[in-house]
Amino acid sequence: MSWTLIALLLLPLVGSVVVAFLRGNDRIAKFVALGFSLVELALAVVAWVAYDPSSTARLQLTSSAEWIPTFGVHLSFGVDGIALVMIALIAFLMPVVIGGAWSDKLPEGRSASGFFSLLLAMQTGMVGVFAATDVFVFYVFFEAVLVPMYFLIGRFGGPNRQYAAMKFFLYSLLGGLIMLASVIGLYVTSADKLGQGTLDWATLVTVMKDAPTSTQIWLFLGFFIAFAIKAPLVPLHTWLPDAGAEAPVGAGVLLVGILDKIGTFGFLRYCLPLFPAASKELAPVVLSLAVVGIIYGSLLAVGQTDMKRFVAYTSIAHFGFIALGIFAFSSQAGTGAVLYMVNHGISTGMLFLVVGMVMSRGGSRLIQDYGGMAKLTPVLGGLFFVAGLSSLALPGTNSFVSEFLVLIGSYPNQPVFTIVSTLGMVLAALYVLWVYQRVFQGPVRGTALLSVAGGPGTAKDPERSAIKDLDKRELAVLAPLVALILVLGFYPKPVLDVITPSIGATLSEVGVIDPVAQEGK
Amino acid sequence: MTPTYYLLLSALLFSLGAVGVLVRRNAIVVFMCVELMLNAVNLTLVTFSRMHGELDGQVMGFFVMVVAAAEVVVGLTIIMSIFRTRRSASVDDSNLLKY
Amino acid sequence: MTEPVAASGLASLAWLLLALPAFGAAVLLLAGKRADRWGHLLGCATIIAAFGYGLALFFTTIGQSGEERTSELHLFDWIPVGALDVEFGLRLDPLSLTFVLLITGVGSLIHIYSVGYMAHEDGRRKFFAYLNLFVSAMLLLVLGNGFVTLYFGWEGVGLASYLLIGWYQYKPEAASAAKKAFLMNRVGDLGLAIAIFIMFNELGTTQYTDVFARVDELSSGSILAITLLLLLGACGKSGQFPLQAWLPDAMAGPTPVSALIHAATMVTAGVYLIARSNPIYNLSADGRLVVMIIGGVTLLIGCVIGCAYDDFKKVLAYSTVSQIGYMILAVGLGPVGYALGIMHLLTHGFFKAGLFLGAGSVMHGMNDEGNIRRMGGLAKYMPITFATWALGYLALIGIPPFSGFFSKDAIIAAAFGEPGWRGYVFGGVALLGAALTAFYMTRLLILVFLGKPRWKELRTSEDGREYHPHESPWSMRIPMIVLAVGSVGAGFFLENGHRLADWLEPSLGPLEETHGAIGHTTVAILSVALSVVGAAVAFLLFGRKPQPTERPLRVSFPVRAARADLYGNALNEALFARPGTWLTRALVFVDNKGVDGLVNGTAALLGGSSGRLRRLQTGFVRSYALSMLLGAICVLGALLMVRFS
Repeated sequence: MSWTLIALLLLPLVGSVVVAFLRGNDRIAKFVALGFSLVELALAVVAWVAYDPSSTARLQLTSSAEWIPTFGVHLSFGVDGIALVMIALIAFLMPVVIGGAWSDKLPEGRSASGFFSLLLAMQTGMVGVFAATDVFVFYVFFEAVLVPMYFLIGRFGGPNRQYAAMKFFLYSLLGGLIMLASVIGLYVTSADKLGQGTLDWATLVTVMKDAPTSTQIWLFLGFFIAFAIKAPLVPLHTWLPDAGAEAPVGAGVLLVGILDKIGTFGFLRYCLPLFPAASKELAPVVLSLAVVGIIYGSLLAVGQTDMKRFVAYTSIAHFGFIALGIFAFSSQAGTGAVLYMVNHGISTGMLFLVVGMVMSRGGSRLIQDYGGMAKLTPVLGGLFFVAGLSSLALPGTNSFVSEFLVLIGSYPNQPVFTIVSTLGMVLAALYVLWVYQRVFQGPVRGTALLSVAGGPGTAKDPERSAIKDLDKRELAVLAPLVALILVLGFYPKPVLDVITPSIGATLSEVGVIDPVAQEGK
Repeated sequence: MTPTYYLLLSALLFSLGAVGVLVRRNAIVVFMCVELMLNAVNLTLVTFSRMHGELDGQVMGFFVMVVAAAEVVVGLTIIMSIFRTRRSASVDDSNLLKY
Repeated sequence: MTEPVAASGLASLAWLLLALPAFGAAVLLLAGKRADRWGHLLGCATIIAAFGYGLALFFTTIGQSGEERTSELHLFDWIPVGALDVEFGLRLDPLSLTFVLLITGVGSLIHIYSVGYMAHEDGRRKFFAYLNLFVSAMLLLVLGNGFVTLYFGWEGVGLASYLLIGWYQYKPEAASAAKKAFLMNRVGDLGLAIAIFIMFNELGTTQYTDVFARVDELSSGSILAITLLLLLGACGKSGQFPLQAWLPDAMAGPTPVSALIHAATMVTAGVYLIARSNPIYNLSADGRLVVMIIGGVTLLIGCVIGCAYDDFKKVLAYSTVSQIGYMILAVGLGPVGYALGIMHLLTHGFFKAGLFLGAGSVMHGMNDEGNIRRMGGLAKYMPITFATWALGYLALIGIPPFSGFFSKDAIIAAAFGEPGWRGYVFGGVALLGAALTAFYMTRLLILVFLGKPRWKELRTSEDGREYHPHESPWSMRIPMIVLAVGSVGAGFFLENGHRLADWLEPSLGPLEETHGAIGHTTVAILSVALSVVGAAVAFLLFGRKPQPTERPLRVSFPVRAARADLYGNALNEALFARPGTWLTRALVFVDNKGVDGLVNGTAALLGGSSGRLRRLQTGFVRSYALSMLLGAICVLGALLMVRFS
């Protein structure tokens, strides 16, 4: 029994309850929430240290207790390298999100304690999704995270929040229910095989290995649709721009930074090992969707007029890369995909936060309402640019390592798909730089800036403008992100070393070997 | 014994009750018709019980009677309170639960 | 190719070359306004220190034997996953050291020049931060010991170039030019990236040592693909056809940037890439032929357009395009040309940087005026600028004994050495280019420095300030003088006794001799004669009668085409930009109305049909009872049917 994961799970839940009771003391509530998230971060560091990447155990830090014996359901938790880095990412992003949402203007009648309580509740749910090693427990957490997110969007979001929250909820619920059918299917299949049904992931992997391909394909599809909605793959993506645009900035960071990764994580943890034959059979379909997603998402990102929707569409393109890496079946591509999940959380999270900071100054989401903002807020402009560079995968930033790994690892197996997706690199440069040009470069213009600055005369004079550059809190929120972007860009080895063995194990569960063999080792 | 007469009577009573429920407007009358239907069923149950020489049907009959008694208590109370607020015992007048 | 040894002694500190400028950039960016007072000094100090270290390293290496001259310095494992092991390391060999000296040397001069040139700019420290960033990335590009580290530097210099072209980012055209440069570079980068993928797929490695040692394991198709893809990368970075359009636009940046990045160093990275990959190119004659064609086409395009422009810096930019065309042509010749390409790259680095700095000096003294038709007769007002510029001019058009003569003639002669029709075609193109170069450069010289001072008639520049041409401060004059010395002597120095070719032999292999249809001496005489003719024609056209201050509009078709960049931009616009815009708009529409419409449509359908269905709930208890009765009858009927059928 290892208590680290259980502590990681329960701590935010306790925090959530405590913060919820601090209604009316918003200031204290914020500090308490931040405190809980920092302790959680420390716990994540403990988990990271306790995890041994060189061990041959598939899952580590495991713990288990009986839950519903009739159906063979255990409350069991554990992590492999993939889940570990995701949990670490959650723990890292949470203080950043709380700091970023520190002085957000909430809609009328909403209290900050409610907001932060929901954020912490989200954290428990997300950790649970990644730590669960029982398919049923995974399903429960998969659905449970919807609830706090629904309220975060629906109660604290933008003007069109009700619509967006409903759309998000229905989409995810639909996927979840389809997945439930497959979960039941898994139980039945295992009962046929073993006499007593089970939903334990590790047992199911061995059970499903020899299941007939047709069974695998049906069950695979159930999981796949749920994850493809979450991830989101084109054409199941339309909830994301709405939800991303309407969600408050903090929730938006969690939404695209972590919640969506449940989908890609699910591909790796459930689709591939449980249904190896189906995965191989359907890989071309998934890869086509992934590559279409890259190009389609990029082109739509180019065409957006709303900054938050822009970020959402760039994410759709990035998820295409992740899916490409997962279904290309090589250790480089798989490792790259997992690293991409982490990096996307960092860089898109930062992009979301920076867009939020732009909006809190200009009060508008539309790109056309801005222009030449770098003159008024040079530091904000610079940090937006850094986030953008990370998004377009410039070498030296974290995303380059992951995008490079995905592409170089996919090429040996899937040269055509890989070459088409490299076009996404050019389009990424286009959408990032074009938005940067329209918002930050050129002469100061745009209704948002001019009206806030108090008329055209004052806006030209940065000293007297009402629009101020970043304050200390905002700098403190963005600084760790920038640091991580650079560190992971130059020295990703510690993270790669954790991920690679788990990808190797996943690939051997699928039964494929690396296309480019390791020579002499 | 031949159950035919008993069953015919039961069917007749049930039909009377059903028609009454469908065509009458007064809540009390509808209510009585429901009771008629229940008792028609009771008659059938008892008949078959006697025919097969088993007690199951009679036990079921008792259950129906108990449920009917409970129903009378709840139902009459509802009808009373509706009548008090609306000054009408017509079932067609209380249609608040429509679309 | 010589096997590298592990770096030791002084060379084990080679990481300082990257770290010093990077440290400068980091400090300058983080310190903010506090660094305004000393920022430029720190910027200069780090580069000069790097140059000093580079020199020391160079002299140590010269003292070593040929086998010891190639060494590698392993810094750390960068991206190790499975069979892929990308290490972050440096390769110190004659080729990279040559570039180190060029980059840090010219870089130092241009840093010093910028102290004066940018003195009146807000945020000068940021400018130095970006310049430092550039130097660091460029050094990584040439020092990296694998294709991925090269790619890192490759995109890093692209970033620095983007930031510096967009230095005046409040001007929309500067911002657009910066974006265009980055995008067109990225198109080229795709080529480099895919080439790396192929190498990994076939060889399982991307490090120079392993790739070059096992290059014969590659299939011939892969070799051709790699050579063409690397060429695509080179085209993007070096402004070669068909990706040349960004380079003239890049002149929107400050002049020191144009001199350092867009003349002397970054744009020559393509030449470096091909020379560095010589073991691959040696195996593919077809690949090299394409390289030569691209070089030849570009050198003509650059010359032709350069003849028609009226913008001082843009003429020089097209001149750069065409000179890099020469270098690409040279490295495309293979073992007979790699060293020649590098030599022209070095001499060009001197004289073109000098020419750009001279242009900057002129514009600095002329209210930032760039239109040469508004200049004239400036030699009297800026004697030192004129003198240094004229030396660079003579070097560029290849008049002996200036440096351009040695490097360019060697290329032309080597081109004539190609077998069969190729020799005549490429040699002829190169000769024609030489004549055109002399023509447009003479035109530039006359319009700017000689003739009547047309600015006197205009009195003020377009922004209303009066013209007061004056010589630039010493911090700007010294770099120009140093570069002028280089443009005079570098060619002879490097050519004499095959000094450069012998030095580069461990990296590029021995320089092979060519014996073409036309001998070296004949080529030399021909090219000098053609240059003189070109210059004379220009003098006849522009030097004898006063020139108008507005560009003449009624001109022949070739001039119009050249002014329109030979319709390169129009073609890009028609082929990519406009269809791209339409596609994007159409997709946004499809996504909102089509894909999302389907989702919302499903929701609306459900909502609508349930709206209809709920009408069934009439609220009449008796109708519910009837439906229950009917339902019961149906069930009964069904049971009876099953029973009795």
